[in-house]
Amino acid sequence: MERQPLALRIVLAAGLVALAAFPFVGEKFYVQFVTKVMIWAIFAVSLDLLVGYTGLVSLGHALSYGLAAYTLMLLTPQYEAAGFWTSLGASLGVAALAALVVGLLVLRTSGIYFIMVTLAFGQMAYYYVHDSDRLGGSDGKYIYVRPALEIAGWKPFDLDQFTHFYYVALALLAGVYFALRVLLASPFGRVIVGIKENEHRMRMLGFATFRYKLVCFVLAGVLAGLAGWLAAAHDGLVNPEMLSWHQSGQLLMMVILGGMGTPSGPILGAAALKVLELLFQSWTKHWQLLLGGFIVLAVLLIPRGLAQLFEWKRRG
Amino acid sequence: MDTAIFLIQVLNGIQYGLLLFLVASGLTLIFGIMGIINLAHGSFYMIGAYLAFSLTRLIGDFWLALAAGVVVAVAIGLLLEWLVMRFLYQRDHLYQVLLTYGLILIFEEARSLVWGDDVHGVAVPGALAHSIPLTENLSYQVYRLAMSGICLAIALGMYWLIQKTRLGMTIRAGSVNREMVQSLGINIGLLYRLVFALGVALAALAGMLASPVSSVFPGMGNQVLIISFVVVVIGGIGSVKGALVAALLIGLADTFGKVLVPQIAGMVVYLLMAAILLWRPQGIFGRG
Repeated sequence: MERQPLALRIVLAAGLVALAAFPFVGEKFYVQFVTKVMIWAIFAVSLDLLVGYTGLVSLGHALSYGLAAYTLMLLTPQYEAAGFWTSLGASLGVAALAALVVGLLVLRTSGIYFIMVTLAFGQMAYYYVHDSDRLGGSDGKYIYVRPALEIAGWKPFDLDQFTHFYYVALALLAGVYFALRVLLASPFGRVIVGIKENEHRMRMLGFATFRYKLVCFVLAGVLAGLAGWLAAAHDGLVNPEMLSWHQSGQLLMMVILGGMGTPSGPILGAAALKVLELLFQSWTKHWQLLLGGFIVLAVLLIPRGLAQLFEWKRRG
Repeated sequence: MDTAIFLIQVLNGIQYGLLLFLVASGLTLIFGIMGIINLAHGSFYMIGAYLAFSLTRLIGDFWLALAAGVVVAVAIGLLLEWLVMRFLYQRDHLYQVLLTYGLILIFEEARSLVWGDDVHGVAVPGALAHSIPLTENLSYQVYRLAMSGICLAIALGMYWLIQKTRLGMTIRAGSVNREMVQSLGINIGLLYRLVFALGVALAALAGMLASPVSSVFPGMGNQVLIISFVVVVIGGIGSVKGALVAALLIGLADTFGKVLVPQIAGMVVYLLMAAILLWRPQGIFGRG
């Protein structure tokens, strides 16, 4: 694995310890807030696999996220819990299938056209859900009971307890983070980074780049599906906004703001954006003005994202 | 479908398409010449509509308000280019997307601070408020026809500006080779500022023209933004002619989609876009 700058590693380790300890000191509101941030972080990491590593800028990433969330809603009986593994498996399966079908079509285009075609597919799914009465239309639907896990009468955790949910989200985020680092250090990871740098050369070297990109697209879709399943289970509702381009746009902000193509950038970006949002909301009802101003200044002043702030060691 | 309804739908489709063209042509010029993806373009449409609402009240006459609104829009465009946009020319598209997304948030809140979050209406100008009867119970509003007429006139004006004038020649040259134009002694910074202001004015004008028929409401810019991007991409990025053809195509597809397949009406436009891009990935009039 590529060594990360020392400062960043210290921050990461401290962050993990702080996250693990947080539910012991934090109030319920903040524990749930951090849970949401971690779900966003998983979502952002999945997009970074496309944008930052493979060079595929998708503006329709909410597609897999939203479809996975709706799958959980459909599988949850009105007053009972859905099975943990069955609903998770089905959600990820739907997310993967959607990514596969869309990927087969959109990967034929590139550049700005890729951005726009992914947007088009995202919008198609959005309007389908938005106009479908069975799926709850523009209001969405509630999920009254969270999925439950039971192995022969034994319950390892109970998602209805907010601290349990917190640790499940933390474990999944850490798992996704390390799995991706291992993947990116593998030959497969080298190939996809190579595709971002110079796809022609990779093809000349004999790599079937289309297949690599497709695998990446599906993998990112599955991880987005994981985030969607978690978000639906956590909030207890699904609505079409989960599929809207705003969702994809906000996610892209997190990735770029945090620093794309860095393993921890999207996590930092998700945390920064959500914390700022919370902070500004506590100041004024016109918080978007401050958030917008922050984004504009960040682009002009920190060109390579927040992760850049930790790079002083490497250059020093 | 009988003839009168069909005719109304065709007129509505063309009117919507021409309105989209005003927004999309600015977007495609800014992208084609300056290389900027401007997500905030829909906000200018929204600002235009709100300007029409306030200025009509202030001045009392819709057409004078329109003229004043265009002046304000040009001023906003010049200021914004000088403040922010000129720092984006050399940056990656991703950062342009990020920064202009930030601008959307700023414009939305500024709108909320200045005008509040209520839905407003603008009265149709008196002389054009009546309707032409088509059958006993179907009629078509004169203002909508006038709107199409104005949009068409602007489309022709743009064709003349870009194809026949010296400024247009520089604009076309600038979209092909920026360095070459610069080394021929043309002030490219000034050219960019003008093109950006022109784009802002077109989008704002579209918003002002639309204000009497649609209402003036928060978030109206975002709807138009996405659909205008669809128009730009289908037409071929940077091509004004492509934007016109694609805008009419989308306008008609959207209008007839709502009549013929109401259950999937929202998806029709995007299905069309996906189909066209899979057939011609660079758009109908895009350079290979």
